[in-house]
Amino acid sequence: MRRSIGVLLLAAAVWAGSAWADESWDFAGSVDLQSRWFTQDARWVGQEDRVGQFSIAVSAEARWRSADGRRRASFIPYLRWDDTDDERSLFDLREAHVAWEGSGWEFLAGSNVVFWGVTESVHLVDIINQTDAVADIDGEDKFGQPMLNLTLQRDWGLLGIFVMPYFRERSFAGPDGRFRTPLPVDTDRAWFESSAEENNVDLALRYSHYFGDVDLGVSLFSGTSREPRLQPDATGTALLPHYDRIDQLGVDLQVTRDAWLWKLETILRNGYADSFAAAVGGFEYTFYQVRETTADVGVLLEYQYDGRAATEPATIADNDLFAGARLALNDSQDTAILAGFALDLETGETLFNVEAERRLGNDYVIELRARFFTGAGPGELTWAVARDDYLQLQLSRYF
Amino acid sequence: MKIKTIAALSLLIALAASAGERALAETAEETGYAIAARSDRTDLGFGDSTVELRMILRNAAGQESERALSIATLEKENEDVGDKSLVLFATPRDIEGTALLSYAKILEPDDQWLYLPALKRVKRISSANKSGPFVGSEFAFEDFTATELNKFDYRFLLTEACGDLQCDVVERLPRYENSGYTKQIAWVDHRDYQIRKVEFYDRRGDLLKVLSLDDYRQYGNGVWRAHRLTMNNVQTNKETDLVYSDYQFGVGLTEDDFVKGRLSRLR
Repeated sequence: MRRSIGVLLLAAAVWAGSAWADESWDFAGSVDLQSRWFTQDARWVGQEDRVGQFSIAVSAEARWRSADGRRRASFIPYLRWDDTDDERSLFDLREAHVAWEGSGWEFLAGSNVVFWGVTESVHLVDIINQTDAVADIDGEDKFGQPMLNLTLQRDWGLLGIFVMPYFRERSFAGPDGRFRTPLPVDTDRAWFESSAEENNVDLALRYSHYFGDVDLGVSLFSGTSREPRLQPDATGTALLPHYDRIDQLGVDLQVTRDAWLWKLETILRNGYADSFAAAVGGFEYTFYQVRETTADVGVLLEYQYDGRAATEPATIADNDLFAGARLALNDSQDTAILAGFALDLETGETLFNVEAERRLGNDYVIELRARFFTGAGPGELTWAVARDDYLQLQLSRYF
Repeated sequence: MKIKTIAALSLLIALAASAGERALAETAEETGYAIAARSDRTDLGFGDSTVELRMILRNAAGQESERALSIATLEKENEDVGDKSLVLFATPRDIEGTALLSYAKILEPDDQWLYLPALKRVKRISSANKSGPFVGSEFAFEDFTATELNKFDYRFLLTEACGDLQCDVVERLPRYENSGYTKQIAWVDHRDYQIRKVEFYDRRGDLLKVLSLDDYRQYGNGVWRAHRLTMNNVQTNKETDLVYSDYQFGVGLTEDDFVKGRLSRLR
């Protein structure tokens, strides 16, 4: 942590030192009021049995750019408070960085979030940022990652080099919270394969470009796995996260032709007992202006494969089919609904998911989510959370 | 070399001489194309530009909502390709930072990438959706991008008064795939050669939308820009105004400013 604070102080000093009048500042932010309504009693001892769970999240954004456009800075603190699960209350610096840009290059220092990949149902290739897993089970909420990042833009594509001096641990539900393992995860007693623990320096490289209607990304990562194995402690009262060192090669590919998007992500990971491969591939097809309205309907189908052994960090996306439909009304309030399911072809475990959102006025967005689990028998992976079916209603105010 | 130059010169002279009797010698298609080409040429050589844009959406009951965005454009290298453009949204606040990068083509589908700031994700998107509403407005994406001369076949209809000016009325038929229109009718004035009004006809051949282009101003580099566009949907009575401000030309944008790798670094 000390090292990342050092990077941040350096960033703040450069930022403050160069801020004067003809340069531009931009301030923004959001407040999310979220309620979750569980339809069944909790399964595990210690979990709060309240029907409703409430949280509030505040994000503030300050951005600066120099008059010549060559230097920029970003500062985005994020704070969340939850009334039920203490582990869901947290503070994060999503972004706190400065960047210098030259002709065909950019150098960035500080905390940042980056996204790699093309698929919708699972994000295999995306590895730079740790997942804020307790925020949402879809894995799309991320923690800021301290880094030095050099980006080179050439005719032949974009090359990104990442040096990451500090590791961010994954968030897990506390003993009180829903979406918990049978034994709660004790994040205060994490174990690292690297003797430097969270100060291990992780490295990554990514090349990305497009060739006609093909978009390609190739990435290499060497460092501490963002996914921990969960191992019981000596007394058998808690699970401890074990973070191994891994090397990973990732390839992501999208072919865009007419209304078809063909997508593939694949990884090869080494570092646990055995190396393994995982892949997700499928398509997204959109019917535009259905029945002569302004609405679009997209259909999504993806197959998920993962070859990892049972001793490695568990994944539900090992032999699963994801199917979904997305309705976008294309109205002035950007009303959209996404509905889908992921079916485990081996065990029959199924997750149903509906997400609907609409802007209210100019500054508010209302969002409804429903998630239901079926088909899990005792001992199967989603059995632990099978009684955590919920409806979520969220109102966000943007500034 | 010399012979070629002389040949080219004499051809030019011949063309110039024939221009006077064009109306007699040309077909309606040739006249229509010539009017469109003359209008299109007034836009050549701007190099690159940036502009701020306010989009006002009005429903049939008169309720308004607004978007603010900026557009950067890099002029095409030649007539076989289209311009490159980058649209960046400032409001509504929940989509602030959303960006759309487009490489316009003439008859093939454009290349487009969308940047979603909440996930920091760059997504290549299908450009088959030319005729759908652009961010909920009465403008379709093709209404912005289909300004390239060779995207249409033309036919001259007649000359008539348009406000204080005289206009040539030209029918244009989309040659590119996935257009939402069977035809468009454009009014091009005789004084500045600018488009003053366009009617859009839907797939059934019925009048769908009427676009008025107003507040034309000529810039130092000679190019004209309309600063107020109003698109009226005559079938739904919904309307969208586009109000342009702060046009800047020759700001030194390069190909490197129009690559997908830049989308996450715009703010």
